[in-house]
Amino acid sequence: MSSYSELNAEQEAICEMARDFGRDRLAPFALDWDREHVFPIDALRDAAALGMAAINVREASGGAGLTRFDGVLIFEALAMGCPTIAAYLSIHNMCAGLIDAFGSDRQIDKWLPKLATMEILSSYCLTESGSGSDAAALRTHATYSGDHYVLNGAKQFISGAGAGGDNHLYLVMARTGESGPKGISAFIVEGGTPGLSFGALERKMGWNAQPTRAVIFDDCRVPAENLIGREGEGFKIAMKALDGGRLNIGACSLGGAQSAFDHTLRYMNSRKAFGRALDEFQALQFRLADMATQLEVSRTFLWRAAAALDAKSPGATTLCAMAKRVVTDACFAVANEALQLHGGYGYLSEYGIEKIVRDLRVHQILEGTNEIMRVIIVRSLLK
Amino acid sequence: MHIVVCMKQVPDSAQIRVHPVTNTIMRQGVPTIINPYDLFAIEEALRLRDTFGGEVTVLTMGPPSAEDSLRKALSFGVDRAVLLTDRFFAGADTLATTYALATALRKIGAEFGPPDIVFTGKQTIDGDTAQVGPGVAKRLGLIQLTYVSRINSVDTDKRLIEVERRAEGGVQQLQSRLPCLITILEGVNEIRVGSLMDALKAARATLIKWSAQDAGVEDITKCGLRGSPTIVKKVFAPQPRAQKAELIELGDNPGDALIDALFQRQPKLEGELEKLARGY
Repeated sequence: MSSYSELNAEQEAICEMARDFGRDRLAPFALDWDREHVFPIDALRDAAALGMAAINVREASGGAGLTRFDGVLIFEALAMGCPTIAAYLSIHNMCAGLIDAFGSDRQIDKWLPKLATMEILSSYCLTESGSGSDAAALRTHATYSGDHYVLNGAKQFISGAGAGGDNHLYLVMARTGESGPKGISAFIVEGGTPGLSFGALERKMGWNAQPTRAVIFDDCRVPAENLIGREGEGFKIAMKALDGGRLNIGACSLGGAQSAFDHTLRYMNSRKAFGRALDEFQALQFRLADMATQLEVSRTFLWRAAAALDAKSPGATTLCAMAKRVVTDACFAVANEALQLHGGYGYLSEYGIEKIVRDLRVHQILEGTNEIMRVIIVRSLLK
Repeated sequence: MHIVVCMKQVPDSAQIRVHPVTNTIMRQGVPTIINPYDLFAIEEALRLRDTFGGEVTVLTMGPPSAEDSLRKALSFGVDRAVLLTDRFFAGADTLATTYALATALRKIGAEFGPPDIVFTGKQTIDGDTAQVGPGVAKRLGLIQLTYVSRINSVDTDKRLIEVERRAEGGVQQLQSRLPCLITILEGVNEIRVGSLMDALKAARATLIKWSAQDAGVEDITKCGLRGSPTIVKKVFAPQPRAQKAELIELGDNPGDALIDALFQRQPKLEGELEKLARGY
């Protein structure tokens, strides 16, 4: 990532700071974390100490109080160091932002300071084994009982689940009423609550530096004060949080792809074939030009959608869905092309390119699949 | 505690290329950085401030573009940055530089409180003289502690500092009164990444910019090229060293094998190390 003259001095400073952190504290270890399946909580807490765990949370609540636009700059920069860790931070930021936006004063006071330092980790629990894209069909239910809700059911594919032990919050969407979106409520479930347990660690293609498991509720009693907003508002809350989450995941794809591209440029300058450096072949030059263009298309769209979300523009949700779709697809293609241009070396773990390809693949699936993004987009056109 | 760090913006030597034909340094497009040795001084100053309270001021003399490096220093959490910039300062050797810096340090003392410690890196990566720190100390009458590898303790009540100084053949433990000037060695710490809030504060901060007149320079002929008796006679690229790297087979017991191989090649080393070890 070069410096962008379109940015003001503050944005440049934010970029540089996050880029330094990604370069010094994530990149040198990213391949080891991936290979050893290490979730580097210390590195995450280091990032948090610098303000990157509660980026969009208001300063009054203990956050950095920055804009969505600032956020996408930060996540691109961090993902240049490691897309997996940047993506987990993005999820954590989404949870912290959700509590800041929709939580009660009491919930904000109680949780946000510790979420901002990542003394407490967080996980966003919406998807279930039987409902991914059709999230509103979720079946985990919460029954009101005196001053508690009793949760039963299970959430699938939960990032970070179990990692924080008792120092972990689960933001859980559960059914408290009718079927469909209006019967869903959002809850804060603390790690260590009796009745809360986890499935086995999932084995997966990428994102190996963060654990993914099922989160299981078996007569899990949650204090009524842990309800976020009012009963029935859960689905709306969950979707609102996803607008920003989608931008950040897009930015994580962009940072990963940019890093793969930067490596490719250097590699093609040093690698010779048929007596010339690879970057002297016009056929390959054109592919570099296309990759660079796709990266800028992605960046431009992310910035536009982030600006719309900051401005609370009515089209923001659609733009965020478009950005997520375009950016995660384009950046996966760029990373995959980087692998191809590295030849056999691209396929070796040591060069770090195949890791980026594996990591970026899931960005086309989570935070709403890219198919669901099209549903959101077309819904806004046809209503 | 008021700590002032004198720092310098230098070309990033890792990115300098030498022109293959003319052998001259290709400066165009070479990014500038804070002199890497100065980063250790900044970090040490910030640590002292974090422990004892007070403020850290950074001071640099340079062209207006040195502002970038000062903002970088602010992004680490430094409290104040002073840029000494004036065409009269251009072309300064170490004598003229120490004159300008000492003058500015007096003014900093008068405006923001007298410094308890002045830090510099042990040298710069472009000039490599290691003269500016000691020169500033001399001009200000400060006790100088050079090549400091560790600050053992600071007693703010008694105004004493105890440091370790790496000298040839050993380490000196020194105690000094405050104020003093310390030139710090590389590798003693690791510069922090400043927080998002520090980055924002740095971007928003107003730098203090002083011309020669603002800084209180009395004799302009002691500044810049005019105040510099140093004459560069010749610049040349040294011959590359002839020694070659060697691959040593280490076998099953690599530690011992490596030491044996070293002693074989440096016959005096074993005796010297033994002598040193006995001294402890």
